[in-house]
Amino acid sequence: MSETIRLTIDQQSVEVPAGSTILQAAQQAGIQIPTICYHDHCTANGLCRICGVEVEGTRTLQPACVVQVRDGMVIHTRSERVIRSRRTILEMLASSVDLSESPEIQAMIQEYSSDLYRFPDAEARRPTVIDDNPMYIRDYAKCILCWRCVQVCAEDAQYTYAINFSGRGYETQISTFYEIPMPESTCVFCGQCVGVCPTGALKPKRQWLLEMGYSPDEIMSLTRSQRQRRKRREEISANPS
Amino acid sequence: MSDLDLSPLLHRLESYHSRGRTSLLPALHDAQQIYGYIPRVAAEAVGQALNVPLAEIYGVIEFYSLFYSQPVGKTVIHICNDPACALAGSETLFKQIRFQQEAAPTGNSSSSLTIEMAPCLGLCEHAPAVLVQGQPVARADRQTWQDLVSGRGERPSSLLGGTVSILTANCGLGHTVELSEYLDLGGYQALRKALQTPPRQIIEEIKAAGLVGRGGAAFPTGLKWEAAANAPGSVKYVVCNADEAEPGTFKDRVLMEDDPHSILEGIIIAGYAIGAQKGYVYIRGEYLLPYQAMKKAVEDAREAGFLGNNILDTDFNFDIEIRRGAGAYICGEETALFESIEGKRGFPRLKPPFPTTHGLFGKPTVINNVETLANVPVIIRKGAAHYRKLGTEKSPGSKLFCLSGDVVRPGLYEVPFGIPFHHLLYDLAGGVRPGHHLQAALFGGAAGAFATPDHLNVRLTFEDLKEAGLPLGSGVITVFDETRDLRDICLRLARFFAEESCGKCYPCQMGTQRQFEILERIARGEVQQEDWERLQDVGWTMTDSSLCGLGQTAASAILSAMKHFPHLFQPI
Amino acid sequence: MLNAEKVVPTTCPYCGVGCNLELHVRDEFIYKVTSPFDSVVNHGNLCVKGRFGYDFIYNKERVTVPLIRKQPQTPGQRTQAFDRSAWREVSWDEALDYTADRLVEIYQRDGSKAMAVYCCAKATNEDNYLLQKFFRAVFRTNNVDHCTRLCHAASVVALQMAIGSAAMSNTAAEVSDCDVFILTGSNPTENHPIIALQMKAAVQKHGAKLIVVDPRRIEMVNYATLYLPIRPGSDVPVFSAMAHVILKENLYNRQFIEERTENFEAFATSMEKFTPEFAEQISGVDRGLIIEAARMYATAHNGAIFWALGIPESTHGTANALSLINLALLTGHVGRKGTGLNPLRGQNNVQGASDSGAMPWHYPGYQAVDNEENARRWEEAWHIEPGGLNRQRGLTTTEILAAVHPGGVRALYIMGENPMMSEPNLNHTRKKMQELEFLVAQDLFINESGAFADVFLPAASWAEKEGTFTNTDRRVQRVRQVIPPRGQSRPDWEIICDLAKRVERRLNRPNSAYWDYHHPAEILEEMGRYVPDYAGIRYDRIEKVGLQTPVPTPDHPGTPYLYGERFPRGRAKFHPLEYIPNAEMPDEEYPLILSTGRVLEHWHGGTLTRHSWMDDLFPEALMDIHPADAARLGIHDGSPVRVTSRRGSIVLRAKVTTKTNIGVVFIPFHFREAAANLLTTDALDPQAKIPEYKAAVVRVTPTSEEELTAVFESQPRGRY
Repeated sequence: MSETIRLTIDQQSVEVPAGSTILQAAQQAGIQIPTICYHDHCTANGLCRICGVEVEGTRTLQPACVVQVRDGMVIHTRSERVIRSRRTILEMLASSVDLSESPEIQAMIQEYSSDLYRFPDAEARRPTVIDDNPMYIRDYAKCILCWRCVQVCAEDAQYTYAINFSGRGYETQISTFYEIPMPESTCVFCGQCVGVCPTGALKPKRQWLLEMGYSPDEIMSLTRSQRQRRKRREEISANPS
Repeated sequence: MSDLDLSPLLHRLESYHSRGRTSLLPALHDAQQIYGYIPRVAAEAVGQALNVPLAEIYGVIEFYSLFYSQPVGKTVIHICNDPACALAGSETLFKQIRFQQEAAPTGNSSSSLTIEMAPCLGLCEHAPAVLVQGQPVARADRQTWQDLVSGRGERPSSLLGGTVSILTANCGLGHTVELSEYLDLGGYQALRKALQTPPRQIIEEIKAAGLVGRGGAAFPTGLKWEAAANAPGSVKYVVCNADEAEPGTFKDRVLMEDDPHSILEGIIIAGYAIGAQKGYVYIRGEYLLPYQAMKKAVEDAREAGFLGNNILDTDFNFDIEIRRGAGAYICGEETALFESIEGKRGFPRLKPPFPTTHGLFGKPTVINNVETLANVPVIIRKGAAHYRKLGTEKSPGSKLFCLSGDVVRPGLYEVPFGIPFHHLLYDLAGGVRPGHHLQAALFGGAAGAFATPDHLNVRLTFEDLKEAGLPLGSGVITVFDETRDLRDICLRLARFFAEESCGKCYPCQMGTQRQFEILERIARGEVQQEDWERLQDVGWTMTDSSLCGLGQTAASAILSAMKHFPHLFQPI
Repeated sequence: MLNAEKVVPTTCPYCGVGCNLELHVRDEFIYKVTSPFDSVVNHGNLCVKGRFGYDFIYNKERVTVPLIRKQPQTPGQRTQAFDRSAWREVSWDEALDYTADRLVEIYQRDGSKAMAVYCCAKATNEDNYLLQKFFRAVFRTNNVDHCTRLCHAASVVALQMAIGSAAMSNTAAEVSDCDVFILTGSNPTENHPIIALQMKAAVQKHGAKLIVVDPRRIEMVNYATLYLPIRPGSDVPVFSAMAHVILKENLYNRQFIEERTENFEAFATSMEKFTPEFAEQISGVDRGLIIEAARMYATAHNGAIFWALGIPESTHGTANALSLINLALLTGHVGRKGTGLNPLRGQNNVQGASDSGAMPWHYPGYQAVDNEENARRWEEAWHIEPGGLNRQRGLTTTEILAAVHPGGVRALYIMGENPMMSEPNLNHTRKKMQELEFLVAQDLFINESGAFADVFLPAASWAEKEGTFTNTDRRVQRVRQVIPPRGQSRPDWEIICDLAKRVERRLNRPNSAYWDYHHPAEILEEMGRYVPDYAGIRYDRIEKVGLQTPVPTPDHPGTPYLYGERFPRGRAKFHPLEYIPNAEMPDEEYPLILSTGRVLEHWHGGTLTRHSWMDDLFPEALMDIHPADAARLGIHDGSPVRVTSRRGSIVLRAKVTTKTNIGVVFIPFHFREAAANLLTTDALDPQAKIPEYKAAVVRVTPTSEEELTAVFESQPRGRY
């Protein structure tokens, strides 16, 4: 398909190859559309809906990251409906999860003047940090359910399928099979999930320990060989024989 | 290491092995049936047999309300808590049952009882409704405790009314119309006729009849069939959406329990028209009796040659498989339904592409509601012109309406399109309960909107209701008299959506939860100044931005209540 | 939230895939590794070693100051000293002077035959080039080798014989252009994880058909269209039977054979005896599968063969590799994109170490040492008098050890290798190591080999120096210094230059071979002047993306796949083959075949990974045994077993799994407390001199917990 599509975005004429998404067309025109769940390396699901734009002739806002352009489309990326939607999604997100390590989302919150305290009754998701393996921690209080980790563990990269979901709706969480510790799952600790996590919910353990104030020396003394040496030394000093 | 005896499960898994992932929900149902819940080792055995990754199996178990990954009591009781049953006292019933459970001496059935609140069970005309081990119990508040927990409660029967008896011709006879009776009553004549007609002509007849979908979206059925027939590819499917779960709706339940063959006949004709080889009926998990009726009907039809190879001595091959859902309202959304049949969590897909080109298993698929398909033999047998004699130009034929709530005679009403609302409510259904008057009526279920006494003259057609700002939906009307606190009703609707949201897209995943939290407070009487804007923003964001129809309608009833009854949402 | 002070791009030090890494540093502590999603090699994907396995850099046991043994060691009485108290901390001057003195002493007394060096497939091209230069130019010896001898030596020899060059012919990512590919003797999900991802995607997303030929039921079998579970050592009959079928059914590529090959007739005749029935008898694989595999591969548009060490690590490893090459030549599946003969190189820079001349029979660029023209060229490069370089082929690693005795090899220099874990028949290796007169270890940790040394020179890790690695698909990529060398450690190339100069002074050489490089870029440039394949590689050309050799000129874009027009030797050569059984076959006393190899979490002798948090993930040696064999022997999952061969005995826990087949057990060779190589045989392939790691015979008996040398809290693992 080598045909060219002509459309209008924010009163600007744009020409792109057929098969382009609205997001790609906007990028070409220098128009910025925010994204959260979208990642070049992962299958796009259009689930955060923050990239929603108004397309004349359609009832609902269209997710720019997945919808393909059609000839003659007229698109408004900052209409009232769009702004309200984006602002509210960000407000709901801020009331649900810990965004302290998501600078991009924080910048969006500023841009759309979202009120972080809009929902005082909100029941935030605050599970405790899962530290069940030597490589990375899972702090799902920061998880925004963008699905990237599940996808790269599945067909987007690794084909290992160690994680999926538990629960449904607002109570959804990322989980292993029957919530077993990560080493017992099929996880091979490739860290692809850590590499795509946008909020610091998945983090290398060493980074997490550093942030908690452990020194590099203290961190290195936690390896098994060091622990065993210490244990042996303790045993020897307890039973010098 | 577990000493669980896996042999009964492994025996069942042998038959599923060759079909792989699509057998996941049936396999999990089996495991649950054998063990009462799904133990980890059973899930591992399922994963091994079907070649499905374990984490994904757990994800599926966790998605569906009727699957338990942890042990539950020997007897599981579901008590409906949605508006119609709440009006009939389900909360009180719940407290009574709980009290009984705690008061009863240990050692007997009480310690192996699990009691759960449930979303609408599709038994609204028999409110308050209860399922005991999947078996429905009508008017549970009138049963004894012992009868209830031992499963000897009163079985619901069909309550029918209305001015015409076309779709419900074989309903309300007190039993399921099985094959031989169905044939006596003129069944499978339409199929005979259809198989002698070119498929394209069948499609034209359906188009000419003006039939539109009865599941709520009202899409022209003939156009849908035509698109699937034209789609490239030789493998095609017909899917019957029997995941009726909209609060207040029970019409499909009645049709399936009383007259299952009429639906099968519609499916087979659809399959012939579009060139499909296989049909699926997806029945919500809570509908155990309809499942049993439909399953038997399929077996009988197959044996008699109405399904299988060379149907009625033609070269048309078609078969039907019955599938059970497992407790997820979202699986009534067409693409989520496909995902469920395919053995996954019921997440709706992005559209486009549409089911007519990329549906079940990625193949061209026609998916129709139960009632829609029940119309098909009627149209084929008598012809489009005859069909159009009832109803209006834009809303031809007859419609099944489900009346529940504060109405004298709750039940299923078949009427021609075009009668005014007051005729249905007062003349046919006996009006509001004695000594009370109409405050509001919820049209279209939780995803609908409130009608007020101002709407009593509106004619029940797609076009008239649309002009009045009301959805026809699937024909569900729940009636509220003046004693009812609509804030409590709104809260129940909000809770429903919060629990049924699949959690994929942000506006609905979080919006339904925020909406519910705000309404919880409002229902307690603690309205804040800012709540109006909050509800409007959350509501319109869900409406504008959600990925599927659930999120897009999750706020519609509440927004309509805010429009008609604004004082409820403002501080005193 | 931590913010990096700097983020430095570099290349992974572990396997031959050569993933592009970004190391995030704060206060000289690397705390995170990421990979750019547009990276050409791995597209942002990493494995546990690349992502998390760099922490050995900071392990307390790392040696960062030069050491000399307190107790002088004598040949025959040499002992291992793991404990630091047995060593004296010295200055670099003292350590290097001492080393230079001893090396010169032995050289002047016994000549070049007494000198030997193990170069390092983990070190950079520059490090290796200089070390082989040092020993060739200064000590005039060709006893220069590295661990490729234990790895792909037979593949290299076979490819040299048949094609004239020895490298993976295509780029790994081209597997997505294959419609059929064969995977044999390779377990990529554990050993080349990124290539495994590419293979899985090829099958799942691009419709490729995979044929796995392996004695173990590896994870890739889950993606295979055909699985041929061969007995270890039956590769030649199976692949030759495939050739037999292709010949008989006229599925061979006549045009390709006519235009680009030679010796077809002799080969075709020798294939007649390799009937599918014969192959079935030897290999235990149903003949129908062999026939189907042959047809599938021959009729493909783009067929490729990927192999790892199941093929070369055999007493007939060269023949094994030739049987694969024969198949590719027979079908014309070489010289085009999406085809190829693809040996997957193990180490991050084994390709580069080989290219850089760390080989006994070749100068850099595979120029034979016994060729006069080549010798003259390098004499000129290294300012050596004509006739000065040794024209005799040197000894391989196993031969070097075998030659350790008075009158043979007396001094051994080991850079970054651990023969005491990676050579076969370790009891024998130990004896030989003990008989050395002088041993130098240049490494990061005192491992089982360095513990024998007289002097220990602390080297900088890969994150502490500049240089280049060449990965398995020939891509030369930059290695960058991220943090300063820890303690007093120094980059290998600097140590070598310093030492070489000291030795040259003592030898009073009129010309220095030249050691005054200011930056490794100069080293690579020098090599490129005399190695045509590297001639066009400059550091500024490979700043962002590496180049795939051959890169003959400074504007050449690199070569994704080889042999498009011609083969280096002109026409590729078919080779007739014979079936030769393994050196040891199972019998009543030793009824099971032992295969050895790696696991995902560890690396080879364990010098790095057992000093890392990765050891937490996989702390102890486990022997894979099939449930049927286990049941017969009364072994349960996790029970301790004693495994004995003709050469040694170890005790470790059993893992009962269907990942291995009946009659075959698998032990990884990383764990010193249960060193698999105590059991393996040092029988060698006659042409490549590579040991038969994949087929020793053993006896397995249940034993008691007390016999285990180390007991760990077990962490059950769920991965395949």
